[in-house]
Amino acid sequence: MSKPAKKKIIKEIKVDLSKCNGCRACEKACAAFHAIPKYSSFNPARSRIKVVIDERNDQWVPVRASGYTQAECNGRNHYVIDGKEYSECAFCPASCPSRDWFKEPDSGLPLKCDMCEDVPPLTEPMCVQMCGRDCLTYSEREEEVVEEEVTRGEMEMGIESLIKKYGAELVRKGVSRATKR
Amino acid sequence: MRYAETGYNLEIDLTVGNIERVETDPELTRLHLGGNGSAARLIWDRVSPETDAFSPDNLLIFSAGLLDGTPIPAANRTMVDTISPQTNMFSNSIFGGYFGPELKHAGYDKIVIRGKAEDLVYLWIHNDKVEIRNASHLKGKGAQETAHAIKEELKDPGIQVAAIGLAGENRLFMASIEHFNAAAARGVGVVMGDKRLKAIAVRGTKDFQVASPEELFKLCLQHYQDIHESPFNGDLMAIEWDDAFHHDNFAWGNARTRRRGYWNKALEDKWKEYTLKIRDRLQGCYNCPKNCHLVVKPPGRQRYILKCFGKGTWHMAAFEELPFTFDILALSQEYGVDNYAAPQTIAFAIELYEAGILTDKELPDFPEKSADRFYYLLEKLVRREGVGDVLANGVYQAARQIGKGAEAYDHNTIKKFEQIPLKLGKVNYPYYLMYCTSDKMAINQTEGSYPQDPIKDLAERKEFADGWMSAPERFKKFFMEWEPRTHPSFEASINICDWNETMHYVDDATGLCAFCSSFRGQFGGGSAYNIYNVPTFIKLATGMDFDADDLWQVARRNRNLVRAINMSRGLKRADEKPPEDHWKKREPENEQRLLDDYYKFKGWTNEGVPTKLTLDKLGLDDVADELIKRGLIKGDEDICYTDQSCYSEGRPKEAEVGFRKAEHFTLTEYNIKNK
Repeated sequence: MSKPAKKKIIKEIKVDLSKCNGCRACEKACAAFHAIPKYSSFNPARSRIKVVIDERNDQWVPVRASGYTQAECNGRNHYVIDGKEYSECAFCPASCPSRDWFKEPDSGLPLKCDMCEDVPPLTEPMCVQMCGRDCLTYSEREEEVVEEEVTRGEMEMGIESLIKKYGAELVRKGVSRATKR
Repeated sequence: MRYAETGYNLEIDLTVGNIERVETDPELTRLHLGGNGSAARLIWDRVSPETDAFSPDNLLIFSAGLLDGTPIPAANRTMVDTISPQTNMFSNSIFGGYFGPELKHAGYDKIVIRGKAEDLVYLWIHNDKVEIRNASHLKGKGAQETAHAIKEELKDPGIQVAAIGLAGENRLFMASIEHFNAAAARGVGVVMGDKRLKAIAVRGTKDFQVASPEELFKLCLQHYQDIHESPFNGDLMAIEWDDAFHHDNFAWGNARTRRRGYWNKALEDKWKEYTLKIRDRLQGCYNCPKNCHLVVKPPGRQRYILKCFGKGTWHMAAFEELPFTFDILALSQEYGVDNYAAPQTIAFAIELYEAGILTDKELPDFPEKSADRFYYLLEKLVRREGVGDVLANGVYQAARQIGKGAEAYDHNTIKKFEQIPLKLGKVNYPYYLMYCTSDKMAINQTEGSYPQDPIKDLAERKEFADGWMSAPERFKKFFMEWEPRTHPSFEASINICDWNETMHYVDDATGLCAFCSSFRGQFGGGSAYNIYNVPTFIKLATGMDFDADDLWQVARRNRNLVRAINMSRGLKRADEKPPEDHWKKREPENEQRLLDDYYKFKGWTNEGVPTKLTLDKLGLDDVADELIKRGLIKGDEDICYTDQSCYSEGRPKEAEVGFRKAEHFTLTEYNIKNK
């Protein structure tokens, strides 16, 4: 049975590497916007965007925190672009054990970019608003997506069979552990 | 609660290896704001006038500016202060980049270093963890090479490093302290080397607070955009292709020859083509949108970042072309030598060779070509090899050590310090005062708020003056009265000197960049920071109630404190003169009268010493007592500084934070029109 297509807004930040001058104002803006109370911090260590800099290699890459990974990669790619070498890590948005980026400095908990979702919504994420240099530009586009709908019945059947096997208490703990990660 | 500052200094004694975290007195912030102001206070309190620069008791102080690291754009300067062995005076040098803000996030406003390590060490500051580490493996390494070696061994690319190269290790007087895209010089690199401190590495991930975070953030979000779009901010020398201004007007060689008409379109095109070929991008400092640095990779050399001021000094000293500068900078920045003093010292040695004072005995196998001579002498210099050992003490001392008439070739120093190579026609009153009396030892650290020339077209000049929000009212009047090619009045000249130097003292306390503040006002009158809007930023950041008059008073206090240090170290009125042949046509009588009037205006004796009245009014009573004890003042002099409010003639207290806007401004066009 074919499912109906839905419209979904995809938020995008375009990063023009040639325009970055390494000022790191985006980092400060991010830290400020996500601070509680709002704007009470300007500490780049709390930022969910980081300018990866290796000036010997002319490498200036603003990279945005995405997900948390438990393990580091078992290898690294090195990319050569116009004679300049970039480690895969320079583009990688993960909060991962191999480096201390995108980790809340006090707790070590991973940080993740949320595109500055707020009520009311910002016209653009704060890092983009700060970057007057147009290294970061924001756009939204609509995409039609066919989503696999999870019917309630199917999920409940699965959970019921788990409860039958392990008991409700153990399943509750299991779900809680799995969602914490 | 401390706002904008961390409230702590790091005190390091390298002799015994002691490290302390010391809470600072908030009253000092109110009095001096921070940066070189409070550093001068530490030097006054702890380094006696009898202390030699090479004594372990000399302090080397790295200060983050008061506003560094806050949301305020272009507040990122680190001030380095010490007693310089070259001048035996207070030395203040400034570098940009990322170091100051990182230090604040590590939890410190200053690093105060005394003593001397036995062997080469480096300092590793990671928030509350501070270590003095062995640096023997870094011995002889270049400045950036050192920075990267430290980042690798500590496994953190986010570390900020300030390091000396071979020049600092070998105690060259013109040694610099290099950090990423910036450097401090004028006597601080040599002291770092003397203390056997190869580098300071900082990583900070802590918070510090500002008083009104939301208001400040929103203001800065706009200010950042305004600075980005402003042609009145940033370093024009880094981005303009036409550089007739420096090449036709500044002196080549050992500050010797002015080559009028050197610049032409064909040369400009050639240099532009070459620059674009080796330039990867333009680059900036922490939290600043301006592009004042060039990331370049000359053939056969490592990639490096060119600091604005190095772009002309090397090839002009060598009578070479721009590609020579790009090439030799790849070496000289790693060795860590100042881009003003080092090329001039080398050009001085070449003149001595041509005059037969230095011979093939001192310079064996001396090459024929000027460029080759520069490479040859640079290597000798940084290793203190042969004659390099003498030249390493700077032009003034080297001339006297070499003798045989070499003294006559030392014609571009003041107070024993090499000056920017400029040889001009008729004495210029405000510049005369700035050259003579500046305790910063360099004209580009003194000039900057008042334009160098009047705008020729009167209607245009009127329009400029009307929109000149950074200028106290009296300067608008002086500017309108200024007949091209004539002297401003004594009164105007003194005030111009006073305003110019005051703004530098503001920047060097707050950490604001001179290219967005004190230095850039002279080119276009639209710098992002001025005496009227800086108090707003200070207030939002620190919570201290501040207006323009209060800010001027802090700058005056800091200026007088530095003055007191230098006077107690033996500075004399007789030392206050421009380089011998800086101007061809002099006016000795008027010059001396001008100096008399300026001293009086500043509240100083006729010998240039701050009086008790002046110092007491500035809250520096103890400084006055010490000057009396030392016999420099009597204490009953009836002279006090002239106090003029920034709010005269109905100027409102509510300052606009914005600044003059324009679509377009270039130094070249401005000069062609008005010079």
